[in-house]
Amino acid sequence: MTVPVLAVRDIAKGFGAIRAVDGVSFEVRPGEILGLIGPNGSGKSTLFNCILGQLTPDRGSVEVNGRSVSGRRPFELSRLGVGRTFQQLSVFPKMSVLDNVILAGQEHRGSLLGRLFAAPDAGLTAEAERLIAFFRLGHLRDEMAGALSYGQQKLVDAAMAFMAGPSLVLLDEPAGGVNLTMLAGLKERLIAYNREHGTTFVVIEHNMEFVMSLCTRIIVLAEGRIIAEGPPEAVRADPRVIDAYLGG
Amino acid sequence: MKRLLLLGLGLVALLVAPLGQGTYVTYLLCSWLTFGIAAMGLNLTLGYAGQISLAQASFMGIGAYVTALLTLAGWPWLAAMPLAVAACFLVGLALGFPALRVQGHFLAFVTLAFNTLFFLVARNEDGLTGGPYGLSGMPRPDFGLLDTAQQPAFYYFTLAVFLAAAVLLWGIVRSPWGRAFKGLRENPIRAESLGLDTRRITLMAFAIGSAYGGLAGALFSPLVQYVEPGSFAFAQSLRILLMVVVGGAGFFFAPMLGAAMVILLPEVLRFTEGYYLMIYAGAVIVLMVVCPEGLIGLGGRLRDRFQAPRPRGDLQEGARP
Repeated sequence: MTVPVLAVRDIAKGFGAIRAVDGVSFEVRPGEILGLIGPNGSGKSTLFNCILGQLTPDRGSVEVNGRSVSGRRPFELSRLGVGRTFQQLSVFPKMSVLDNVILAGQEHRGSLLGRLFAAPDAGLTAEAERLIAFFRLGHLRDEMAGALSYGQQKLVDAAMAFMAGPSLVLLDEPAGGVNLTMLAGLKERLIAYNREHGTTFVVIEHNMEFVMSLCTRIIVLAEGRIIAEGPPEAVRADPRVIDAYLGG
Repeated sequence: MKRLLLLGLGLVALLVAPLGQGTYVTYLLCSWLTFGIAAMGLNLTLGYAGQISLAQASFMGIGAYVTALLTLAGWPWLAAMPLAVAACFLVGLALGFPALRVQGHFLAFVTLAFNTLFFLVARNEDGLTGGPYGLSGMPRPDFGLLDTAQQPAFYYFTLAVFLAAAVLLWGIVRSPWGRAFKGLRENPIRAESLGLDTRRITLMAFAIGSAYGGLAGALFSPLVQYVEPGSFAFAQSLRILLMVVVGGAGFFFAPMLGAAMVILLPEVLRFTEGYYLMIYAGAVIVLMVVCPEGLIGLGGRLRDRFQAPRPRGDLQEGARP
């Protein structure tokens, strides 16, 4: 049996009296694009942060490629092959697009001391340029990331998440604030990357059209619990999902 | 090419600067280079890595006292200096730990407290530091062929150390570490999610910056041949901070320009007699209001104003299908 790329087991996290995530378990198979949706306050971001080590869950465990990563710091997760993007813009604004992408890869090369004596680009310029071109940002290679439009910064953020060649990438609302033209480009690039590299994605998204057309499986959260799971068409028609979104 | 030419001209200017000058002007030039090294270190910690420190003078002090004590005990400067630098590296490393928990003005107060603590220890531990009377009579380095007892020779010795320190720092900020420091400054959460061990790199930023403070102290000791606690009080840390901010925090040449503005400009303005400090303070205020990025930022703005803008027509186009 194939080892799941991500296994989340019975994760729970509360803030005072509020149970933000309440015993969530699921697995993600290699090469899958899993969507994690739910109304505001359903616990998606809290769950993401528990998986990525930015919050410590009250209970439960997380495994990446069969290896427990509970309690690991975010940089350790990155080095174990977990990439991520952020809901908010999360680039290094006073660095060029190229430097942003190189930084995303350099910490995976050699030791801390070794990097002090390494070439300025850590030997990553060609690889970073390939990725920048893949996300169709080649014409912006030398621009300061902070000078780019919102959508372009989202693309830089995505490129950074892929620079270290992760086996799993968690995308937190990649479509948020991105215009329709760019959104289509982003979706097409993510699908192309998934097909070329077999990288597994977990996507949190509010844009239903985007998530339904991108993902191969959807998990729906409401009030910190999984209320539905399945292929996009089945989830879209599930009365519990309709009820959670529209209220009942 | 243009940059190399400017660099060459700068080097020539540094080489000829003391020629025909009196002892006091040469002393000022040495002082500028020495504080320039301390400011280089703070620029790494603050400008590149974004970690506020109000304790750089205390590291100069540690470097100066260690060098003074060892050279007074008969150690050659070349043996005392590495120990002074290493001591500051280790103390800086320790001071970096609070930075792992607190940031911004809270971190500023932690470092301020450390500077005050150092000042009090230096003033009260008479047996070691000479207390308020300090230590005096430190010999200047004698390298056989180059005896730095005279001011011009000491200037060239200081210049050599300054250039070596600058080249070393250039190597650090050009290496992947430099990019990691900037990542830490600009977005530590994102940097950590990309595999950067932000704790280690924060500690390194403090330790290396402090080591530069120690090197400056190791030069300050034989330059002044008298060290006392007041030279390394909190006000001196603010002065070094001013050098970095006035020069343009995060730019490589900022500390050199900032130190020139803080140390040399008041002397240049002395012809205005009683008004020189007022004019100097006014110039600093105007610079900070008009261009918070400092002198280097001001230079960049002027260049942008007089240069034709780069074509960026496709900047808003983004991902093209």
